Formats: sequence, C-alpha cells, structure tokens
Amino acid sequence: MSRIGVAFDKARADGRALLVGCMPAGFPTVEGSIAAMTAMVESGVDVIEVEIPYSDPVMDGPVIQRASDIALAGGVRTADTLRIVEAVAATGAPVVIMTYWNPIEQYGVDAFARDLAAAGGTGLITPDLIPEEAGEWLAASDAYGLDRTFLVSPSSTDARVRMTAAHCRGFVYATAIMGVTGARAQTSQAAPVLVSRVREVTDLPVGVGLGVGTGVQAAAVAGYADGVIVGSALIRCLLDASDSAAGLTSLRTLSAELAEGVRNPAR
Amino acid sequence: MSTDTSNPSGEVPDAAGHFGRFGGRFVPEALVAALDELDAAYRKAMTDEDFLGEFDALLRDYAGGPSLLYPARRFSAEAGARILLKREDLNHTGAHKVRNVLGQALLTKRMGKKRVIAETGAGQHGVATATAAALFDFECVVYMGEVDTRRQALNVARMRMLGATVIPVTTGSRTLKDAMNEAMRDWVANVDDTHYLIGTAAGPHPFPEMVRDFVRGIGVEARQQCLDLTGALPDAVAACVGGGSNALGIFHAFVPDAGVRLYGFEAGGEGVESGRHAASITGGSSGVLHGTRTYVLQNSDGQTIESHSISAGLDYPGVGPEHAWLHDSGRATYLPVTDAEAMAAFELLCRTEGIIPAIESSHALAGVLKVAPRLAAELGREPVIVVNLSGRGDKDVHTAGEYFGILDKE
Ligand SMILES: Cc1ncc(COP(=O)(O)O)c(C=O)c1O
Repeated sequence: MSRIGVAFDKARADGRALLVGCMPAGFPTVEGSIAAMTAMVESGVDVIEVEIPYSDPVMDGPVIQRASDIALAGGVRTADTLRIVEAVAATGAPVVIMTYWNPIEQYGVDAFARDLAAAGGTGLITPDLIPEEAGEWLAASDAYGLDRTFLVSPSSTDARVRMTAAHCRGFVYATAIMGVTGARAQTSQAAPVLVSRVREVTDLPVGVGLGVGTGVQAAAVAGYADGVIVGSALIRCLLDASDSAAGLTSLRTLSAELAEGVRNPAR
Repeated sequence: MSTDTSNPSGEVPDAAGHFGRFGGRFVPEALVAALDELDAAYRKAMTDEDFLGEFDALLRDYAGGPSLLYPARRFSAEAGARILLKREDLNHTGAHKVRNVLGQALLTKRMGKKRVIAETGAGQHGVATATAAALFDFECVVYMGEVDTRRQALNVARMRMLGATVIPVTTGSRTLKDAMNEAMRDWVANVDDTHYLIGTAAGPHPFPEMVRDFVRGIGVEARQQCLDLTGALPDAVAACVGGGSNALGIFHAFVPDAGVRLYGFEAGGEGVESGRHAASITGGSSGVLHGTRTYVLQNSDGQTIESHSISAGLDYPGVGPEHAWLHDSGRATYLPVTDAEAMAAFELLCRTEGIIPAIESSHALAGVLKVAPRLAAELGREPVIVVNLSGRGDKDVHTAGEYFGILDKE
C-alpha cells in the first residue's frame, strides 16, 4: 500500500480525517515554499500537496492564480518542484503533486514518474486529465509505483464515478462544488452526496476539496470524508501578510486550526 | 448557405475527438457531463432535417448567405494569380464567425439553456455571440482580454449595445488565451444553465469537430461557386489561421480534392525568428492547451508563451487540433505572414478593390501574394486561388489608421 494509503488507514483507525494542505511550488520562492510546507507539517498538516504552477490554470480561482503567477515570475521550473518534494518528504509527511497535464507531458511522462518516485513523492492529482486520456500516465504510475488521483464531480454520472474510481490509487478526489478553487463562506451540500456515491463503488479513501477555509468547515467535511483538502485559505496567509515571518505565523495558526478541525469530525 | 455535412474524409476524428495524435479532452471532470450532453445534441442535430432546415434558413435570411465568390481582377493583376475572394466579410456581423454562432445558438436552445458565455479576441466572435443572444433571447457574458478591449473598443461598444455583458480579463497576458481561461472557469461554475459558445475550431471534443461542421458551408459554397465560375476546381485555397475556424471552414470541402493545395497563413508578428509571433504550427510544439492536444507556443516546461500579432483575432498561442493533424499529414501547408506583410496586403486590397479587409484576413491575402509566383512557376500558367476573406476591416480602422499614420492629430 502507498504511503498515503497507510496514512489514511491510520487516521481512520484514530477516528479522524487527514488534513491535506496545498501550496504552489516556488511560491513565494523555492526556499520560501519549502519553509511554508515545513511549517504546515509542523503545525499538524498530514499530507502536503505541491501544486506545479501553470500559466493557464483553468480550475483555479484568483488566489491560486496569483500565487502561481508569483512563482512563475520568480522563474520556478518543473525540476525545482521535484527538489521541493524531496525536501518536504524528508519531514516524514507524504507529499503528492497536483498538476495540470501539459507540464508533465513536456517533462516526459515516464521521466517525471521516475524522478517523482526518486524524490519520494507519492503520486499525482491531475485536475485536467481524465482517465480516458491518461494511457501514458497509467503505465508510468504502474511502473514506478505511484498513486493516481483523478477527480470526481457532482456532475459525474454514476458510470463515470465508477470508472474514475477504478483508475485511482491512493485516494479519490471529490470536488465539493461546481466551480474553481477558492475558500467559500459555506461548503457545499453536494459534497456529502458525492462522497457517498464514491463509497458505493470503491473502498479507497475519499478526499474533499474546493472551498474549505476554517476549522469549523474542516470538522464538517471530516464528518463524512477521509481527507480534507485545503488550498486557497492557506495560500492567502502568505499573500496577505506584511512580511514573510508574519505570513508563516498566520500559516501555522490556520494549519493548527484546521488540524484541530479534522480531529473533531462533526457527526 | 449549405449545411451539407457529408464527410468524405471520414475517419477523423475518432469518437473521442482525436485527430491522429491531436485533439481529445483535457478538461476538469466537472465539464465532462456538459461536453457529453453537447456531443449528443450536436450529433442528433446533424441528422435532424428540422435542425438543418432551421440553420439553413437563418444563414440565408438572417446572415445574408450564401456569401459571394468575387473575382478580384485588379488585386489579381498585382498577385499574378486569378484571385477569387470568398466574401465572408459581407455576412451579417462582418465575419465568418456568425455561422458557428448561429449553429451553436440553435443547439443551446435545443439543450434548454438560457445563458451563453464566450471568449473573444478581435471582438468579432463576441459581437456575433451577442447578436445571436439578442435574437434567441439568451443572457450573454463575453470575456475579453483587457488589452483587446482597448485594441477593439468599437466592438466592445457593439456587444454592449446588443445587451451583452463584457468582462475585461486582467490575468496573464490579458488577451484571447486568458479570456478563454476565464470563460472556462465561468463554465465550470455555471455549467447547468450555461453553454460555452467557443468561437473557433479549438477546445475540448466535440468543439473542434462541431465548429468545423457549422462553418464548413464556406468551402461547400466556394467549391460549387468556383466550378460555376471557372468550370474547374481552384489550384489552391487559402485562409488565415488563428484558432482555425475560417480556414477549416473553407478547407474542409476541398480536403478530398487531392489536386487542390490548401494554405493556412499564421500570424508571424514581428517574424517567427524574433520570438514575437502567434505562429503555433510553424513556431510551436505539441502540447495540451485549453482542453485539447495541439501545437502550442510554450517553453520547455510546458508554460504557455504569450503570442504577438497586430491582429487581435490571430493573437492566440494554440491552434485547432484538426489543423495540427492536417499539417502532420501533409495535406495542408502552414506558413507565417508578418505584421508588415499583412498590412501591405491590407492596403493593397483597399486600393485595388475598394474593400477594407479585416487584418486577420489580410494575412491570407499577404500569404497568397507570397505563394502565387511559386505556384505559377510550378504550374506554368496563372493559378486560380480561392481566398477566404473571413471578415471586414471596420473594426480595424483605428489600428490600421495608427499603423499607416493617417489619423489626424488633435
Ligand atoms: C475576421 C476574422 N478572421 C479570422 C479570425 C481568426 O479566427 P479563426 O482562425 O478561428 O478563423 C478572426 C477572429 O476573431 C476574425 O475576426
């Protein structure tokens, strides 16, 4: 079983959900992103999701767009992402990559899988790759023992939920709302329904993302999902801060609040 | 206008929208259901006599088709070739774009959706979409790069007069690609009641195939008009290539005619070697952008590189996947045309024919001026070339006026 699978099992045994925290690679700098991700792990984030910044992130809202633009303007390369994965994996937390497909296709699918495995990454979350187009990635992830997380959505038919879950390894990503990333005042009504639809077709853990930003929301999602995925709210800690020390402080505070939330699932 | 949908070249795309190694669907799962719904509605419509009849009637009675095929005698003398202009500039709203928009608007109505969104570069597609939205009583939101809203201020005003909401996009390069990103984001959030009316033969399956089918009447008409006029097929067919809809529109009916050369002219900006251009096939490489695999301007990490062109409608770092395939298969030839060459051809058409062309279409005219002598030498006679005059230049008067330095200073 993959390292993420082990972590999900342990969390299940402890009666809580896993907290997955997302940060773009190279935001605000390569070293800065390693420091931020390390601070998140130290403050209770269980799994780090490193997003490869991309010039045309159609699934992302303004916060992740802005952070990605800052990272790209700073000159971050795909190879830097692998270095970041290696540094953060050294903390002991599982590290998964979230990426639009083109950066992987240009690096070379097999080469990226090989280098990600060597860096200690667990696998990929692929927001614009559906299993039907994923032939090369299915083969490469099998060859290097990496996890594959495809997304399911409230609009997915039952047949597609089944097909998509069957191609996942590690965990399934349920997008809680119809929309792009970004913290919202209310998380969705559609999410619990979607999670139960996924559970009908797979034993894999289910992570829920899009819209979570507070400890209360994290506790609510932890009530029905195995993983709570948080991105924009954490990134905003750094974007809104007056300096990097203040940013890390608020990042630690929010991470701890969310970690508390996933440990107290609302049932 | 004709909506003949027979497809003698048959085998592409496959059922999942692949043109050889290009095309397909690289989209968030959230959009798959809507794309499947659209695909089903489109396939049903293309064999439905009522739909096709309604489409034909709209193209004829509302858009003013079929567009003329005009022998441009004075321009021909300059080109050293017999040039036949397919006058898509005379369509209602001033470009070929109205064909695609009317087709998709009819489909939108059939799917029971009441809101359409669109991206636009030059503003032509936005104006056409706003026009159809007024006609069909849809709510309409158009995303347009902030840079383009300034380059094409007149078209912004047109869209607003027609009742559309124009949203200037301030992310990325603030041009067409970023407008497309914003439209995709809107669609992901509102897919239940909204149709994304993509303006060119690009994007995820079924858009490239569907848009092609809605515009292929251009070539069906031109082919018959050329036969009627000259008694033979042309030696070549030429068009400018942005996303590729007007080019596919005029190419598609000629693809099985092996003797007819197909030329697509890309925006070479300041020259492909300068790096400041929008020639995705000539100067790009295979990658994934906006839901499809095609030729893309990108760096070695797969980050999209900003395109540059004097023509807002060609200023896009990708191209429809069917063009990528026609290029790889060798059936069509793609060549770059610089800003300066396009503007020279723009001026030449104005002065020889009394027709002000769109700057986009001027790329096709300039390309023909370049290839005509070669073709004449090869054939040993004056070649006959059908050129898609995809749009009129009214929207470009300001850009061209500045370029030629003929605007009076205050
Ligand atoms: C007149 C005209 N021609 C051509 C184009 C380029 O688009 P396409 O390559 O899809 O025909 C545009 C786009 O706005 C246009 O307005």
